[in-house]
Amino acid sequence: MDQAEGIMHTELLRFITCGSVDDGKSTVIGRLLFDSKAIFADQLAAITATSKRRGLSEADLALLTDGLQAEREQGITIDVAYRYFSTPMRRFIIADTPGHEQYTRNMVTGASTADLAIILMDVRKGVLSQTRRHAHLVRLLGIRRVVVAINKMDLVDYDKQAFQRVCDEFMAFATPLGFETITPVPMSALHGDMVVERGTGLPWYSGKTLLQALESTPVDEEVVHAPFRFPVQLVNRLRVAAGDEERGYLGRIESGTIAVGDEVVVLPAGVHTTVSAILTYDGPLRDARAGQSVTLTLKDPVDVSRGDMIAGRVSAPRCDKSFDALMCWFSATPLDPSRRFLVRHTTRTVQGKVGAVAYKLDVNTSAQVPAPAQVVMNDIVKATLRVQQPIVCDSYATNRPNGSFILIDEVTNDTIAAGMIL
Amino acid sequence: MNNHHSAEILDLHPHRAGRTEPLDHLDRLEAEAIHIMREVAAECRHPALLFSGGKDSIVLLRLAEKAFRPNGFPFPLVHIDTGHNFPEVIAFRDRLAHELGERLIVRSVEDSIRQGRARVKEANDSRNALQAVTLVDAINEFQFDACLGGARRDEEKARAKERIFSFRDEFGVWDPKNQRPEIWSLYNARVHPGENLRVFPISNWTELDVWTYIGRERLAVPEIYYAHQRAIVRRGTQLVPVTALTPPLADEAVEQVSVRFRTVGDITCTCPVASTAATVEAIIAETAVTSITERGATRMDDQTSDASMELRKKQGYF
Repeated sequence: MDQAEGIMHTELLRFITCGSVDDGKSTVIGRLLFDSKAIFADQLAAITATSKRRGLSEADLALLTDGLQAEREQGITIDVAYRYFSTPMRRFIIADTPGHEQYTRNMVTGASTADLAIILMDVRKGVLSQTRRHAHLVRLLGIRRVVVAINKMDLVDYDKQAFQRVCDEFMAFATPLGFETITPVPMSALHGDMVVERGTGLPWYSGKTLLQALESTPVDEEVVHAPFRFPVQLVNRLRVAAGDEERGYLGRIESGTIAVGDEVVVLPAGVHTTVSAILTYDGPLRDARAGQSVTLTLKDPVDVSRGDMIAGRVSAPRCDKSFDALMCWFSATPLDPSRRFLVRHTTRTVQGKVGAVAYKLDVNTSAQVPAPAQVVMNDIVKATLRVQQPIVCDSYATNRPNGSFILIDEVTNDTIAAGMIL
Repeated sequence: MNNHHSAEILDLHPHRAGRTEPLDHLDRLEAEAIHIMREVAAECRHPALLFSGGKDSIVLLRLAEKAFRPNGFPFPLVHIDTGHNFPEVIAFRDRLAHELGERLIVRSVEDSIRQGRARVKEANDSRNALQAVTLVDAINEFQFDACLGGARRDEEKARAKERIFSFRDEFGVWDPKNQRPEIWSLYNARVHPGENLRVFPISNWTELDVWTYIGRERLAVPEIYYAHQRAIVRRGTQLVPVTALTPPLADEAVEQVSVRFRTVGDITCTCPVASTAATVEAIIAETAVTSITERGATRMDDQTSDASMELRKKQGYF
């Protein structure tokens, strides 16, 4: 592909980086940004000055990822940060999540929109309990492709056997998790080997660099092949002719494809009709796919409002007033089963309660452990929810956008949990 | 990404993607922004769109057209006017609002100063930070519960950590350590009376995306974004425009240089960059290879400390 075509049709890949400062995570991201020319001269000058103040001889690339004042002062990362870089082939969005406090909550947040995860390891340490936690959480959030970045190869003299040992160890535990692809890459982010450039330290390695792995991983098309789901955001009145009005249903296609003439069902009402037009500002479309924000019109006058779902007639979603879900508790206040919460699923908000908690998930092993007396921040539990109005859903495993929800505290308006429907 | 490639970008037809054609990254970013705007329209009672006449807010207006036409926008346009403006930007602002047939509300920092609500040491000091006072006053006056803005996460390191739906308390204050988790694209837009949201639909766009989109959509932008001759003085690495509010210092030599603005803000703290890029294609080509960040090259107020933007945001700045 020539570069001009690259600019004209650049794909977008979102990924999350999992690892801690000790694995050299900030250095890997810094190196990725620096060597792909996403770092600007003034940013480099700023971190060079800071490095010098801290008594370092070279610019510490890890400083590129420091965001807030408190983080710079304390040398820690507080929150999920988003970073951007591009190559002629792809635009990348990195969700950079911190490695300690509130780890689960931040990782769940970062992983929720990611297509791919980089799991970072120190070749000298091999698979640690945090590596297992990262892999389990990433899989739980529905990410199917991982790149295992085995870093600090310079500290083991770029030894091929050391890399192979860690690879084997990772594969042994991660294979049963059911990832679609696992791509191990040996690297030294500090020296720039196999991140963007191949470097000189790893002549025995003929596989992809980290950047090549990011560029060649298929952008997840699973949502396009899933059944059609269109949660209605808004209803517009469209004037078709003098005095004649039609309703347009505004929304984003969350999964599948749709074409004019396709039969659909409006849920939860269960009314069947046909798509009569797919409208956009740039003109009508014959068909459209997951990811596009469009306006649909329907052949029959059906009562449709925000929160309703227009779905394909084949493989229609469930309409449930009670469902099981894995929930990650975000709030500092423990779950109170006697309270009512708002359940926000697609564009629909309903009142609900969290019923029986069946078990808690040990995020280091994915093992089910007995339900705790209290569900507290960063806990992941399986629970049964009851809602006052049905939600139109799929399981998270088959449809991420239509299988996810959040809980909102009606009193504080805080987002207190994230849920994945089973 | 070199100069000769950018010309083709204008020949791109957006939204051709059918069932089998994947969306390109601008299609995705556009669809995300439309989705966000529609969520604001559906979930908020009194939203507003902050429109300055700058390139990012011009992109927001096109996205609003894509989200809501053929109907009107479900929010007014609001400009917090520092009074330190480039006249062509204000003319552009009025013209575009008029062409779109949308309501434009202007509230001025000048008024806030006159009323003693905002204080300045020197009459000609930058009013960028003072915008926060006028903005919070306007929010209270119109009871806005959400303000759509054109801020992007690639602009600045504090913004890299900000949510798309960014919650503000009744003082307009951003608390970076206490942000609502934002997962999937399930945005929590609920606020109590007096509190509000700042919503950034183009959070995930870069400067290059904005220019590529301006090219693809053939959007008009104020002339000062394109290369023009301008009287400047050199101060450090910055080119400071010579204006009535920013006269040259006694020992400074005034030069005529071909420049363009990468950002357009308060005239007393916005600098142009040396450039001969007179077309969108040329700007895209320059943006693709530039070695200085957008704000680094152009904003004097971000140079004062490592955390200037973060401090302003904590005071209610958007």
